[in-house]
Amino acid sequence: MALLLDVKSISKSFGGLKAVSDASLSVDEGKIVSLIGPNGAGKTTLFAIISGFLGADSGRVFLNNENITGMKPHRICDKGMVRTFQITQPFASLSTLENIMVGAYKNTSLKAKAKQKATEVAELVGMTHLLNTEANSLTVAGRKRLELARALATDPKLLLLDEVMAGLNPSEIDEIVNIIKIIRDSGVTIFLIEHVMKAVVNLSDYSYVLNDGVLIAHGTPKQIANDPLVIEAYLGQGAAKAMTKNTPTKAKASKTSKKGGKS
Amino acid sequence: MMPAAVMNGLMYGSIYALVALGLTLIYGVLHIINFAHGALLMLALYAAFFLYSILGIDPYLGILIVVPGSFIFGYVLYRFMIGKLAHGKDQNILLITLGLSIVFENMAMLFFSADQRTVNLSYSFETVDLGFVLLSIPKLISFFASLVICFLLWMLMSMTDLGKAIRAVAKERQGARLVGIDVDKIFAATYGIGIACLGAAGCLLLPIFYVDPYTGNLFVIIAFTIVVLGGMGSIVGALIGGFIIGITESVGGLILGESLGQIGISVIFILILMFRPNGLFGGKT
Amino acid sequence: MGLLVLAIVLPLAIQNNFYLDVLTIIFFTAYLGQSWNILGGYAGQFSFGGVMFFGTGAYASTILWTTYGIPPIYGVFVAILAGAIVGLIVGYASFRYGLRGSYFALITLAFAEMLRIIANSVEFTGGGVGIFLNFEPSIMNLQFINARGFYYLSLGMVVISIIIAMWLERSRFGAQLIAIRENEDAAEALGINVLRSKILAIMIMGGMGGAAGTFYAQKYLYLDPPIAYSIALSVEMLLVTIVGGMGTVFGPLVGSFVLHIVTEVAKHLIESPGLSLIVYGFILILIIAYLPNGLIGLFKGLSGKRGK
Repeated sequence: MALLLDVKSISKSFGGLKAVSDASLSVDEGKIVSLIGPNGAGKTTLFAIISGFLGADSGRVFLNNENITGMKPHRICDKGMVRTFQITQPFASLSTLENIMVGAYKNTSLKAKAKQKATEVAELVGMTHLLNTEANSLTVAGRKRLELARALATDPKLLLLDEVMAGLNPSEIDEIVNIIKIIRDSGVTIFLIEHVMKAVVNLSDYSYVLNDGVLIAHGTPKQIANDPLVIEAYLGQGAAKAMTKNTPTKAKASKTSKKGGKS
Repeated sequence: MMPAAVMNGLMYGSIYALVALGLTLIYGVLHIINFAHGALLMLALYAAFFLYSILGIDPYLGILIVVPGSFIFGYVLYRFMIGKLAHGKDQNILLITLGLSIVFENMAMLFFSADQRTVNLSYSFETVDLGFVLLSIPKLISFFASLVICFLLWMLMSMTDLGKAIRAVAKERQGARLVGIDVDKIFAATYGIGIACLGAAGCLLLPIFYVDPYTGNLFVIIAFTIVVLGGMGSIVGALIGGFIIGITESVGGLILGESLGQIGISVIFILILMFRPNGLFGGKT
Repeated sequence: MGLLVLAIVLPLAIQNNFYLDVLTIIFFTAYLGQSWNILGGYAGQFSFGGVMFFGTGAYASTILWTTYGIPPIYGVFVAILAGAIVGLIVGYASFRYGLRGSYFALITLAFAEMLRIIANSVEFTGGGVGIFLNFEPSIMNLQFINARGFYYLSLGMVVISIIIAMWLERSRFGAQLIAIRENEDAAEALGINVLRSKILAIMIMGGMGGAAGTFYAQKYLYLDPPIAYSIALSVEMLLVTIVGGMGTVFGPLVGSFVLHIVTEVAKHLIESPGLSLIVYGFILILIIAYLPNGLIGLFKGLSGKRGK
């Protein structure tokens, strides 16, 4: 399996605060990989660095074996990686269709072709009935979907999703999970930040856990669910020890109950 | 010639500082760029002028009338016009204040005609000999008066309840609301204070300058340059920036000649925006 | 389309030079407004110094003609180039350093002011005295004996400006500008080179402005710094567009018609130069407050096109 994204030893400080410390991870082509961790762990910062919106103090990012460290976001998009934003950034007064077309225009200069592509993508994410709705008027779930659709319309090789499920109710989450699976099946690699454990477990082939800027664990969802370091990161010091006094099943249940706000 | 130019620059600089103070205060608290600032200064100048030409009141005494009047005018202008009409969008406020400046400028043109007006006080031409330079009395009075007013403003901001409320709103709008501060009134009051500064500046400027409907335009760029140089929202910055710009203008005129000398200000403005947009003392934008 | 035919045929019916002249001015202002619209309405970057392209272009073609004898029909291309170059410089200085919103508006004002001061101080622009142009009507000189000639020229210009706007509305570049207007970060994330697009937009504005400068100089035969770099023209450019409707194809034209009709009416009521401008100021305020989408936005709203 080819290595699509290779992140090597990224560090970033803001003033005296070390947001990300020597983080390294990789994403194989065709997989869904997740980045999880408690609030304030530095996940979005890392995303921002990988996608070119923020400069790293040290470390490098490789996309398809090409060094993209420090490249501007639009060039990284040209190379095939595109990100969505945690707080959705719709083109407010444009319609859903027009929004998605902006993404589609990356690969064509013809309006008709862009429109066609946008319509197809909208169908894929189930927004066909919303095509003429102004982005402003969409619900949170709609905006998240729009964010996804827009990014998808650029025909990316790698899609970075930043907490695409935040603010969604359980049935909306199920829908998005399905959509993401369909996207993966169509050949797009996905790297996502997520808080919603159910989604993480359901979707990811592999996960990285970030806490206080440091990658403390990685593995399949099953592996990290039982990792004491991970449990402690979410539930506090000593929690792992406390948990081992209980049955393993109880530990898993406690873990998946954690939902969160921003990272 | 240089020392005289520097002194001259300091004199004008103190008044520029006063003008910029109002602007930076308005920005620091309301986060709006008051494009009408120049036109309002022009109106203050006319107010001072007519107080003198019709009622015979010396501009320096006229401050006592013009400043409160300006405060009320500014308060009302914000409360019932700007605040209401802008719906909170940044670019809207810019355009609305632009519209206001057009209205004021042309009303002045309509009612006062395009003639340049000046005042000649009994002591307008008396000077003080400092050895290396002769300073006209009005310039000297204006200089000290503006320093005094800046100090009074500082006292207002740091020691009165109003000042504390204003600073609270500037720092944390929502929080201020939560502790019961009427934010809308504070906005209007801040705007009023900003315009009151213009009222004072107008009275101090008239004896050493002139007024016509377009005088405001001259001061728009100057005021904004000082504010970005000093840092948006910084009172100290406005003061120091005022002096820097005053001296730059004066020395620039000396070195580059009357007409080209003006360019220094625009150049400073552009360079600051490009390379140090927070200015000398500005904190967060 | 029908309006265009009407506009072309009109001068054959109307012999009255006065009306032709008014229309010429309306078209001219609409043209300038459209240039502002490209950067301001579509790309969302409001400039307060648009006159700098006009003035620079005017000086360029005028100096080439009066000093070097190059006919304005060629000089206008230099004017366009000059305007575009000014756009490139100002655009790079502003956008490369991240200036947006009000800061951008102000810096354009500063640049325009800077150019005015320079024009006032150097020899080859005639300094404060200005330059007088001769009246030697010919196509080469872009000068015409009667009002009709200028009418058709300005008509041609405004038609070209409308075609440019129409092209924006259906092209990828236009969609990119609109995306930048709506949300720069999102646009950048989706592969749009925001910096390059903005600079391109301001260069188009600059080129268009430059041509307008030549037109003006050849018609009014006198150029000096206060005319070439007048704030009033910067304001008028944005005013007609905002009143008519930013980011629309016909906004500047509609706005220009409305404002000039208002001006003519005001002139008849009170014999005073300042009055129409006072009305302009009020109109700007009222439009921003109550009709931010301009008059065209009003029509769209009334006809229910914008369904919510």
